[in-house]
Amino acid sequence: MITGTPKPIEEILQMLEPYDNIVLAGCFGCVTVCRVGGEKEVEVLASTLRLAREASGKKITIKEVCLERQCDPEYIETMRPYVEDYQAVLSIACGAGIQFLAEKFTTTPLLPGINTGFLGVTERQGEWAERCQGCGDCVLHLTGGICPVTRCAKSLFHGPCGGSAKGICEVDKSVPCGWQLIIDRLKALNQMDNYCKLKPYKGWNSSRDGGPRRIVREDMI
Amino acid sequence: MIMGCLEGNCHFVNGNFRARARVQRVHNILEKINIGAGRIRMFNLSAGEGAKFAAYANEFVDQIQELGPSPINVARKKEAKNVPTGEITA
Amino acid sequence: MKSGSNLEKVLAAGHFSVTAECGPPRGADPDVVRKKAALVKGNVDACNVTDNQTSVVRMSSTAGCVLIKEVGIEPLLQMVVRDRNRIALQSDLLGASALGIRNLLCLSGDHQKFGDDPQAKNVFDIDSMQLIHMVKTMRDEGIFPSGKKLEGAPQFFIGCAVNPFADPFEIRVPRLKLKVMAGADFVQTQCIYNMDKFKTYMDLAKKEGLHEKVKILAGVTPLKSAGMAKFMKKMVAGMDIPDAVIKRIADEPKEKQAQKGIEMCIEQIQELKEMEGIAGIHVMAIEWEEKLNEIIGGAGLLPRPIVE
Repeated sequence: MITGTPKPIEEILQMLEPYDNIVLAGCFGCVTVCRVGGEKEVEVLASTLRLAREASGKKITIKEVCLERQCDPEYIETMRPYVEDYQAVLSIACGAGIQFLAEKFTTTPLLPGINTGFLGVTERQGEWAERCQGCGDCVLHLTGGICPVTRCAKSLFHGPCGGSAKGICEVDKSVPCGWQLIIDRLKALNQMDNYCKLKPYKGWNSSRDGGPRRIVREDMI
Repeated sequence: MIMGCLEGNCHFVNGNFRARARVQRVHNILEKINIGAGRIRMFNLSAGEGAKFAAYANEFVDQIQELGPSPINVARKKEAKNVPTGEITA
Repeated sequence: MKSGSNLEKVLAAGHFSVTAECGPPRGADPDVVRKKAALVKGNVDACNVTDNQTSVVRMSSTAGCVLIKEVGIEPLLQMVVRDRNRIALQSDLLGASALGIRNLLCLSGDHQKFGDDPQAKNVFDIDSMQLIHMVKTMRDEGIFPSGKKLEGAPQFFIGCAVNPFADPFEIRVPRLKLKVMAGADFVQTQCIYNMDKFKTYMDLAKKEGLHEKVKILAGVTPLKSAGMAKFMKKMVAGMDIPDAVIKRIADEPKEKQAQKGIEMCIEQIQELKEMEGIAGIHVMAIEWEEKLNEIIGGAGLLPRPIVE
C-alpha cells in the first residue's frame, strides 16, 4: 500500500490561515489501511482543527468527507455538487489523490494534510516498512524476492558494501542490510549462483528518471 | 480523565496499554494546539479501590482548576461579549 | 601495459609495491595538498587521493591528483559512484586520463548520511562493480558503455577496494572474484588489524586463484593511541580490531602509544610482505603523513624502485 504520515498540526494550521470554510477529504484506500487518511483520521483532524481555531478566536467550518478512492475520477465526482461552496479542500489522501482532486476542481485550492511516504507493508500493527520503489523493471526473481533497489541504502546491484555489520546497515541501527537479507535468502534457496554473476547497469529510464510514467492498456479502453 | 485497570491486569491483555498510548496521542495534540496537555490524564486502578478513585478524581479536579478556564471557553465568552445587544452604552 | 602507470610497472616487475593516501583539504588552498605531498614523496609508488570520503565535502580528487602530480608523485584517483551518474563518471574519467592520471580506484562511497550534507540526494546510478566494468570497457574496447566509439580511450590501471572484515564473511571472496571478473587490475584492502581473519580470507582467495589474477595490496593504518583504536572499533562499520591488538597499545604509557603504534604497523607490514599473494601494501596514515617515511623505511621498503 501507499503509506504516509500526518503533517504537523502547526503546518496544517498555517496552510489554513486564509480560510474559514473548508472540506476535509479522506480516502478509504491505502491511507485508511495505514491509518493516516481514513474516515477516523478525518474526524480526529477535523476536531483538532476546530478546537485549535476556536481557541485562537478564528472559527472554521469543516465539511468532513471520505471518498472511496481519491485516485479514481468517479469517486471524485461525488464531491463536485458542493465543492464550490467551500474555500479550499484539505486532503489526507496520498499525493496522487490530492493531485487528482486538484486536477478535477480547478478553481479550488487543494492542501495536503499528510506527507506521502512509500510503497510498503504492515510489518506489525502500527509499523510499516518500505518494500518497493516502483522502478519499473523488477529483478526480484534474481535476488531471492528481496529488492536491492529499495532495501539497500545505496541501491547496489552487487552488495553488500563495507558498511554491512552483523546484518545491520550502517545508515541506521534499525535497518537490516538488504544484501545480507538477499544472501541469506539465496543461500536458503540454493541460488547463490545468481549472486556470482555480473548484473547489467540498471536502466533507470523505466523509473522516475524517465519522466512521469503512464500505463496504457488497449484491451481495457 | 480516563480510567484503566492496573497495568498487567487488563481483561483484554494489553487494552490498557493501548489506551495509554492513545491518551498520549491526544495529550500531544492538545499541547500542540495550545488547549493544554494537562486537560487529559489517565489513571490506573482496580475496581475495589474506591478511596483511590476519589483521591485521583480530586487530584485531577485540582489540576484542571489550576489550569484555569479552557482557551475554548475563553474564546466563546469573548465572542458572546462582542455580539451587539442593541443597547446604546455611550 | 594496460595503463603504463608507475604502480602498474612496479607491480609488473615483481616489486612489493607501496601506496599511501592523501586526503584533500576542506577548502581551496592548494598548499595544504602540496605540504602533505612533500611528506609522501619518495615513499610510495602511487598515492591515493580520496573522493569526499565519509561524505564530507573536500577539494575534488581530480584536482588533488593534479596537484600531487605536479610535485612528482604518481596520483591514484579515487572515484565514488555516490555523487555522479554514469554521464558524469564517464566525463570525469576522460578528463582525468587527459590530465595524465593513470591509476583509478572504483568505490561506492560512504552514505551521505555521515557527512555534513545528510539531506543530499545520492546517485548510485551504477555501483562500484559496474564502474570497474565501465572503465575496462572504455579502456580496452575504446567504446562508451553505450557502444559509441571514443576519440582516444582513457588509460587507467583499474583498482577496487575490498573489506575482508565486513559481513557476511562468506561472500567476501566471491565478491572479490566478481570485481576481478568485472576488470579490476589491483585491489586495496580495508585496514587490517585481525591478521588471522585476513589469512583465512587470503587462503580462500588463493583457492580461487585470485591472487594471480589481481594484485592485492594489503591496507594498514598505524594506530596513534589506544583511544583511536577503541573509537575505530566502535564507530567504524566493518572495522575489526582484536582486543589483543588494543591491549598491546593500551599497555604502553600514553606518551609512548604513538611510537608503539608505528612499531606494530611496521611489524605487520613485514608479516604481510612474507604472505603469499600479497603484492604490496597500502598505508593509510590518516592525518599522520609525517610518519610515512618512518613506517615504510622501517619496514625496509625504501628507496622505492624506479622501473622504466
